[in-house]
Amino acid sequence: MLTLLQVELYKIFKRPRTYIAFIAIAALIGIIQLGLKLDGDAYVSFVMNNVEQSFVFQGNLLNGYLVCYIILQLLLVHVPLLIALVAADMVSGEANIGTLRLLLTQPVSRNEIILAKFLAAAIYTLLLLVWMAILALFVSMWLFGTDDLIIQKTRYLVQLSRNDVFWRYIGAFGFALLAMLTVAALGFLLSIFADNSIGPIVATISIIIFLTILSTMSIPIFQKIQPYLFTTHMVAWKEFFDLKVNADNAAINGTIQNKQQIIQSAGILILHIVVFIGVAMYAFKRKDILT
Amino acid sequence: MESIIEVQRLTKQFGHITAVDNLSFEVPKGSIFGFLGQNGAGKSTTIRMLMSLITPTSGEIQFFGMPLQEKRKLILKKIGAIIEKPDMYGYLSAYDNLKMFARLNGLNLTQSQLIHHLEQVGLAHRADNKVKTFSQGMKQRLGLAIALMHNPSLIVLDEPTNGLDPQGIADIRQLIMQLNTERQITIFLSSHLLSEIEQIATHILIIDKGKKVIADSAKALFNPADTIVEINTNNNNNALTHLQNSQWQHNLQQNRGPNIFLKMHYNQIPELNKFLFEHNIQLLLLQPRHSLEDYFLQVTSNIQ
Repeated sequence: MLTLLQVELYKIFKRPRTYIAFIAIAALIGIIQLGLKLDGDAYVSFVMNNVEQSFVFQGNLLNGYLVCYIILQLLLVHVPLLIALVAADMVSGEANIGTLRLLLTQPVSRNEIILAKFLAAAIYTLLLLVWMAILALFVSMWLFGTDDLIIQKTRYLVQLSRNDVFWRYIGAFGFALLAMLTVAALGFLLSIFADNSIGPIVATISIIIFLTILSTMSIPIFQKIQPYLFTTHMVAWKEFFDLKVNADNAAINGTIQNKQQIIQSAGILILHIVVFIGVAMYAFKRKDILT
Repeated sequence: MESIIEVQRLTKQFGHITAVDNLSFEVPKGSIFGFLGQNGAGKSTTIRMLMSLITPTSGEIQFFGMPLQEKRKLILKKIGAIIEKPDMYGYLSAYDNLKMFARLNGLNLTQSQLIHHLEQVGLAHRADNKVKTFSQGMKQRLGLAIALMHNPSLIVLDEPTNGLDPQGIADIRQLIMQLNTERQITIFLSSHLLSEIEQIATHILIIDKGKKVIADSAKALFNPADTIVEINTNNNNNALTHLQNSQWQHNLQQNRGPNIFLKMHYNQIPELNKFLFEHNIQLLLLQPRHSLEDYFLQVTSNIQ
């Protein structure tokens, strides 16, 4: 199994296509950081416009932590597209070039192949998020410095002490990994049923877009199904950036306002991953290789 | 004789289409087993079922006395195969492809061992080149290197000469015979061309529309007593009259066109030639064919 995983990782990282996502993320983060470096104060002023009349802000508002938060908000919606490029190609791509035939005549079981391929896609997703964390968090901290993180929620402002932020990013990236693995599992499942890469890649992206729209629409009939859509739970990483307050309305450092929501969303995402991969294994075991 | 492959009542249906229909056969150990049939006869579906790429609708497959379904991994360790085109990872070099498949087979080969395997198929000088730059023949040879590197007892080759030039075809043929005689590897070889099989096969199975048409040892099928001779003369009507009024009348076959067909022992051909000469009949064509070729042509012409 370990050999099979090594072989799958070797195949992924030998292909030029794999690096498109890394380059795209670096380019996007670089552009956002450059824009904020050049004109960040105007941006912050625009965002905080309606609260600046009530509050006086001191210190480095546009610090590395805020920049990372802005980047995550902008990018995490689009990263699934990059993950679909690899995950939805894992089986269908091999069927397309004919190597699936050769692979399945080797003395390895189909379940081992599926698990190794998914684990390889999961490692790719992990590395993509680590790359994103390095660029979005560490480079931003280096470029913009650190200070308290102030986030504007729908109805209130959250101020997180600078010493209480870093672990929240670890949690947020960990949760984002779970969300992206769900996308990878979906793409992977769809790739079982196709004999070319384009179909499952487009299908994965279309499903994500469709469900994301359903997850965000405030129409009562859609709101009823939103708790069951995995896209609704993919944004729960934001819950890490809210904290509890005591009776005097003072922030309690090291706490999370709605920990239950994170646990519940993580559970639902894990359930989706298990179901997607379970169905993928079942379907692949019965798949006739005709290409 | 011990059988390497035993297939019993194998059937595969795709919806309402029966691609393979109740097919049974055995492949003797040490044989070169020719698996013949027109394109679309069900050869590839059968081979894919043998290699567990397709699940049979019904029937049983055994390799080395073990059921394929239960002992798949163990069986595949003893088999090397090229199914249709030898597709490889084009973005990897020949060396990397070979190394990767060696690892999948549980082999930890050294660099010199891997190069040695490439040398055997004449690709050592292209070891570092990406496979996407290879010709069809080179890919075929790399496929053979992959199929052979774990010293299999059986090699399954599905149309191995497809897309090869005459030299490539001759090379593959020679390699197959060499593997069979020198390394005692059983070869299961499919083709839609009888000419390709008849030169090397020890056993032959012909299928049509998924069903077994004929199966026997090549020796039995290529019996010289059943030679069909096709002749064409300057006056076929006159020749036919003479033949009908002679001892050759029992050898005459049903009229199948403008030419005349006779069934006889191969050794009788000079006698026939002499008979026609003595009756002042000028020969334009005299072509002996063994019964299998005749049969194969009949089958294929019926399809066409």
